[in-house]
Amino acid sequence: MAKIHTEKNKAIDRPGGPSPQSSTTAKERWQREYNKQIGSTEPVYNRSGVAIKPIYDRHDWDGSHSDTELGYPGQSPMTRGIYPTMHRGRTWSQRQLIGFGIPADYNARLRGLIKSGVSAVSLIPCNSVYRGFDADQVPAELLGTCGVVLNTVDDMDACFEQVDIADLSTAQNDPSPFTLLALLLAVAKRRGVPWSRVTGTSNQSDYISHFVANHMFFRLALPGARRVLVDHIAFTLEHVPGWNPLSVVGQHMQQAGATPAEAMAFTLSTAIQYARDCINRGLDPEQFFPRFTFFFDISISVFEEVAKFRAGRRIWESIVREQFEVKNPRAGRFKFHAQTSGVDLTRQQPLNNIARVATQAIAGILGGLQSLHTDSYDEVLSVPTEQAARIAIDTQNILREEAHLTDVIDPLGGSYYVESLTNQMQEKITSVMDRIEGCGGMYNAVQNGVVQTMIGESALAFQQRIDSGEQTLVGVNRYQDESQATPTAGLERTAPERISTHLQTLERFKENRNQSTVRKALDQLAHAANSDSENVYAKVVDAAVAGVTHGEIVACLRREFGDGAPLIVP
Amino acid sequence: MQPPPRILVTKIGLDGHDRGSRIVATALRDAGMEVIYTPPWQDIETVVGLARDEDVDVIGIGSLATDHLLVPKLMDALKDAGLDHVCVVVGGIVPEVDERDLLTAGVSRVFHPGSSMQEISVEVSRLAQCAREQAPEII
Repeated sequence: MAKIHTEKNKAIDRPGGPSPQSSTTAKERWQREYNKQIGSTEPVYNRSGVAIKPIYDRHDWDGSHSDTELGYPGQSPMTRGIYPTMHRGRTWSQRQLIGFGIPADYNARLRGLIKSGVSAVSLIPCNSVYRGFDADQVPAELLGTCGVVLNTVDDMDACFEQVDIADLSTAQNDPSPFTLLALLLAVAKRRGVPWSRVTGTSNQSDYISHFVANHMFFRLALPGARRVLVDHIAFTLEHVPGWNPLSVVGQHMQQAGATPAEAMAFTLSTAIQYARDCINRGLDPEQFFPRFTFFFDISISVFEEVAKFRAGRRIWESIVREQFEVKNPRAGRFKFHAQTSGVDLTRQQPLNNIARVATQAIAGILGGLQSLHTDSYDEVLSVPTEQAARIAIDTQNILREEAHLTDVIDPLGGSYYVESLTNQMQEKITSVMDRIEGCGGMYNAVQNGVVQTMIGESALAFQQRIDSGEQTLVGVNRYQDESQATPTAGLERTAPERISTHLQTLERFKENRNQSTVRKALDQLAHAANSDSENVYAKVVDAAVAGVTHGEIVACLRREFGDGAPLIVP
Repeated sequence: MQPPPRILVTKIGLDGHDRGSRIVATALRDAGMEVIYTPPWQDIETVVGLARDEDVDVIGIGSLATDHLLVPKLMDALKDAGLDHVCVVVGGIVPEVDERDLLTAGVSRVFHPGSSMQEISVEVSRLAQCAREQAPEII
């Protein structure tokens, strides 16, 4: 673990406390003036529970260890960034979530985006898909309201109609068993696009975060999900080398209530768990570590988020280098996508959310992110409208090209406060990680509900801070403006006729496929699930190619591995 | 002394975001109510069955995606089961147009983001009282 020097931080908890020196220094004079004007104050804590002083100076961080604590971007310990050029060279991928209606609707919006110059896209399926069902298995009124309904290779083909899928970076919200990637590979095969040119990320591959926090994505029982993930990583390393098979997600945990430090700790402990599982499967760490990516929430607590990201980068680099003894310099790069926090947004005076999202995004940019999604201000009112989504994109354009945020790499580096806070956040993070290690690693810790309980407690504590008024929420507990009516969101919902047409298409697809091929593919999938020597994900891909639907693949694996029931600690 | 209000906190449909329903369940319990809590994705029949077997006064449905669109069906099913007296409240992301439909369908109250736990407890407790007054006499 990269050594951090914290002995200088001892005097931090008492803003009004006496100075250790006896002669009157400038600092003492300031302290006296400060105490006189402020009086005795309650200590201020950030969301992670770090006590925050009113001012920081060289006693908190003197820079004497900056070579080992900070280094330079792209070099160990990566505190200042994972690439030598960072945002000077290439800013960040502007990746907005898209997914709505039926495949034709998705295709229309996708082509609009590609026309406007976007090269990185996302694919958000309908909640029915998340739950592992085909469209004909759920109440029709819920279809296509939150994401695109797609179940078959034909649907995936329609999503990307007249779009060249070669080298188009696609981030898919595709939990275990990764049927969407399988369908995309089936489309590539159909179109003659080599799998080596299929690029993107399996965004929702972190089953532990689903078991703990975002329960909607949890489909297969824990041991099955564990097996499929490792097979998925092994398969893509071999056959789809441009694909990032793993995105370890802190976002769900922070959205569910974990503090920023806890969310970072849980994410890193999860990544360690997956790395150990990959090694046990015989995969080469030099090869798989460079393919690990991360996904975080950015709250509005600006400096805390910056420190969270800087500390996370430093911890991860040292884990990869020291604990796993990996030599490949690319392996220690803490590549992350970040999304502004929806939980911080308010329904009251909702246009204020534009300011909140911009502030959160600034924190993420200063924290050195690689990819960013900015929330639409109306997400608390409904599924985002196109106009609000446009403002969210322009927020990124403004921050990137008007605000001069990208001129300097790690611009807060060397700040007494930010360096001291980075060290303290690192201590908080590693102490939570130690607790997880004490439970026998992340897999065991979540099985026992330890992590779930911690998240629930933190969520409740934060709610109490809002209800008591200790944490201001503009428009909710302060500065309420009753004259501002809540704007009615322009609801875009897929017309029921389009959904019924889509259901007919699905029915025809199921009728017209080669039934014996489908049966054979499902048999082989079930067989692989029960055989340690086979790669079960390879059979998922074969099944997608053979015309097996998403719902059928998930149902088969649920039978073999057990249905995924998240552990919910109320 | 009156027994405490009995509240079922649950989620129907497909969405799994349960931070809100967990916090509300804890707050109602802390306010002295008896809370029956379920994981997400319950179907309507299960909710009606629980409401009957657990003799609840109020059902709270969390909806962060669009699952509240199923609530009118729940209202019908409660009526069919002779449980019209049970009050239903919905909390979460509910667009205004949908809120009108829910109230028309018989939902007692929609809580939007920003509602305090205090406000929710007071209202749920009041609704529980109403529900008891409306409940058919058991002979």
